[in-house]
Amino acid sequence: MNKQQLLLIGHGMVGQRFLEALVARDGLSRFDVTVLCGESRPAYDRVGLTRYFTERDADALSLTPSGFMEAHGITLKLDTRVSGIDRQARTVTTETGERLGYDRLVLATGSYPFVPPIDGNDRAGCFVYRTLEDLDAIIQAAEGARVGAVIGGGLLGLEAAKALHDLGLETHVVEFAPRLMAVQVDEMGGALLREKIEALGVTVHAGTGTQAITDGEQHRHRMVFGDRHLETDVIIFSAGIRPQDTLARACELTVGERGGVMIDDHCVTSDPAIQAIGEVALWSERVFGLVAPGYQMAECAADHLCGQGESGFQGADMSTKLKLMGVDVASIGDAHGSTPGSRSAVFLDQSAGVYKKAVVSACGKKLLGAVLVGDASDYGDLLQLCLNSIDLPGDPAALVAPAGAGAPLLGADALPDSAQICSCNNVSKGALCQAIDAGCTSVADLKSDTRAATTCGGCATLVKQVLDSELAKRGLEVNNHLCEHFAYSRQALYHLVRVEGIDSFDALLERYGEGDGCDLCKPTVASIFASCWNQYVLTPELAGLQDTNDYFLANMQRDGTYSVVPRVPGGEITPDKLITIGQVAKKYDLYTKITGGQRVDLFGARVDQLPAIWSELVAAGFESGHAYGKAMRTVKSCVGSTWCRYGVQDSVAMAIRLEERYRGLRSPHKIKLGVSGCTRECAEAQSKDIGVIATEKGWNLYVCGNGGMRPRHAELFASDLDDDQLLRTIDRFLMFYIRTADRLQRTSVWRESLEGGLEYLREVILDDSLGLADELEAQMAHIVDTYQCEWKTTLQDEEKLKRFRHFINDATPDNELAYVREREQRRPAYPHERIELVES
Amino acid sequence: MSETIIDKPASRQGTVDTWQPVCRLEEIVPETGVGVRLAQRQVALFRTRDDRLFALDNHDPFSHANVLARGLLGSVAGRRVVASPLYKQHFCLETGECIEDAEVRLQVFPVRLAGDRVEIAASPVRHG
Repeated sequence: MNKQQLLLIGHGMVGQRFLEALVARDGLSRFDVTVLCGESRPAYDRVGLTRYFTERDADALSLTPSGFMEAHGITLKLDTRVSGIDRQARTVTTETGERLGYDRLVLATGSYPFVPPIDGNDRAGCFVYRTLEDLDAIIQAAEGARVGAVIGGGLLGLEAAKALHDLGLETHVVEFAPRLMAVQVDEMGGALLREKIEALGVTVHAGTGTQAITDGEQHRHRMVFGDRHLETDVIIFSAGIRPQDTLARACELTVGERGGVMIDDHCVTSDPAIQAIGEVALWSERVFGLVAPGYQMAECAADHLCGQGESGFQGADMSTKLKLMGVDVASIGDAHGSTPGSRSAVFLDQSAGVYKKAVVSACGKKLLGAVLVGDASDYGDLLQLCLNSIDLPGDPAALVAPAGAGAPLLGADALPDSAQICSCNNVSKGALCQAIDAGCTSVADLKSDTRAATTCGGCATLVKQVLDSELAKRGLEVNNHLCEHFAYSRQALYHLVRVEGIDSFDALLERYGEGDGCDLCKPTVASIFASCWNQYVLTPELAGLQDTNDYFLANMQRDGTYSVVPRVPGGEITPDKLITIGQVAKKYDLYTKITGGQRVDLFGARVDQLPAIWSELVAAGFESGHAYGKAMRTVKSCVGSTWCRYGVQDSVAMAIRLEERYRGLRSPHKIKLGVSGCTRECAEAQSKDIGVIATEKGWNLYVCGNGGMRPRHAELFASDLDDDQLLRTIDRFLMFYIRTADRLQRTSVWRESLEGGLEYLREVILDDSLGLADELEAQMAHIVDTYQCEWKTTLQDEEKLKRFRHFINDATPDNELAYVREREQRRPAYPHERIELVES
Repeated sequence: MSETIIDKPASRQGTVDTWQPVCRLEEIVPETGVGVRLAQRQVALFRTRDDRLFALDNHDPFSHANVLARGLLGSVAGRRVVASPLYKQHFCLETGECIEDAEVRLQVFPVRLAGDRVEIAASPVRHG
């Protein structure tokens, strides 16, 4: 069968979803697909665009899995703008004159930002907010600017305002309507939203129309509002979107009066060979400016092309929940109570900054809509009540009453299987249940299997509830018990140890455990004790809990000998010290290798040699590097302003300061840090648990990165900190991680498991939302003050040194070690080499 | 310490010929192990928190390194075990059986306390 030619114009979020839907339906066996994309990069997350301001990482926003096009034989042409469609000849012509034939054509050209017809709207320094290129231009313009203004106080306008605010500009929002977010929020909600946003330092000019933009006196522009004006350096237009239907108009497809390509339920336009999906499409006189309906259209269009699923597009729910400048805002269904006979129940607490409104049907039994400002935690429940027309459990006023006053919480159990949990990706409760039946046991599993909660994340709490309740029903409640001896999570045990001041394993076992302990709980408890009390790890009570590496303060290698890593703070080392390391390595014939953490690893030390090796190292001024522990390992640094012509801060000094502060800190897993002296990032700090990058004004702090098995870029946590702020923030962050992480959970995985994500972490660490900051700092201060070099302490104790022998009844070493020399050093023999060695 | 603890199968089978003193009990930190040289063999000797003594091969059949004396003691479903410090397999202290791989079994040696001296018999106990 000859394949048909399918052309897709536009590769945005909806375009990519369409391709994925086509792949899922085996559409690539019917169609040869070519994608024409006007932008310079493949599809990215436009909904999350604002993240780009803080992360400055275009790749992090990508929605196109790497290798996707190649794997499915799809041709993607970037930077390719289409100039015309010839419906008669079924060809498309690009701006460079290339002509491509098609059997089927799909328009996913999206929309363009509406720029109001104001004199001066095309001045340099006026921007729109839609593509990464727009954002790059705004970032550039913000350098050296002091004031920024956004025209438009809707959802996107407030996003843009947040971006300007984050860029450090004095920020204004100019809205023509009398209130913010006029589409989604009612008057009282809008007033509260305004109050909250102004409290953050953004000035709101509501009911204000801009008549002209002219040259300013103090700043670049003057926005003229009748007899008033505002001067600003940067202007962003965010006054709504318009369907990008130029191509459709030119080839005379039917378009709506106010734009948009008319489509039927299968997304087919007035030409049966052409479909339109996403923001360019007009369905039932409506254009949908949200991604979820676009995704549904993409699925329906793919269904139609592959001859499947005849239900087609049925319209879409426009409810939204978002966080605008830290303020929760949600709007559900008929938010304005425009249904005849509907009534509202309203709750307003001005001092707490919370507004809730429920719109209920005339009969009082059904929820028609809702507005939430300041606290949107009930969004999931209210949305389900509304979407599924569930009979209200009681008095409608209870829906908006403050929690704790007997508000009925709609449990996940109350939902029918058909309930749509994730509207962005159209995932029903039934689909989640199926995935759970198929073996998903975590939110992360469900995300990757069903895509639920992967777009806006608004349904994450509900997905978790469904998961918990379904697992419980199946008797599968995932327990996070440490092991068979302790029916507690690591976090719970940490808490018990700290609160009750427990410092021995036997006491803990007696009170909260059973049996004898094991190789899982013993080292974990030892680590908890160390994080809390920081006693010497080889005291008789603690020694038996330590893994062999901690017990012998060295890293066991595959032949049972150990490697030795002295601490080299920040990777800075004097020639004399380097010579000492070389001399020791030579004397004991130790295989020598430079580590990734800027230190030197010496391999092949027998257990009985460790004290002698360390005596020499300690005498030369070295300390334990804790390479053997689940502990803070190293702080990698670049040379920074010490020598580098680009360095803006002394990254080596900061690295040494951090390494000396956190040395010996025991934690759920190893911790690595990095400090770079400028944005070139030569220390690769963004691949560390904690990354510090110098700025002109101080330090940017990144957290929860990882190299290794599951690489993860660290995320920007706080900017332009001075030295003390930096240390204080890291103190809190590390202690909070140590308190709450699971056994052997790196910061990256821990971060992904935190339900509130990075925002929650910022609230706890930076805003002290849990009131823990002082305690966390005090705990870290205790660790810092009680630091001791474990090797120095051990060498001073004759009793302890007796352990460092291979046989208790014989002073000889292990007689069965065998080595091979390779590249001028020795390494343990492999089993087949051992046989030869023994035989010869 | 008045009670003398001997690995029970050993006394039952009575294959013990030469008891060899290896160390004093107090030289072993409770709930840890030490390596012992026994003629041509390497033995891992363990003292539990309730002062029971066990002796097994020190050789780890998975890593081929002589390291089991440096493993962590624990219990799995009520059986006392030592975990290999390298690849974490568990071996039953009483029988030498590997919990993860029933085909692998370490040799177990009779061990007793004579006064404060720990003694091990050079001939391994045979199981099954």
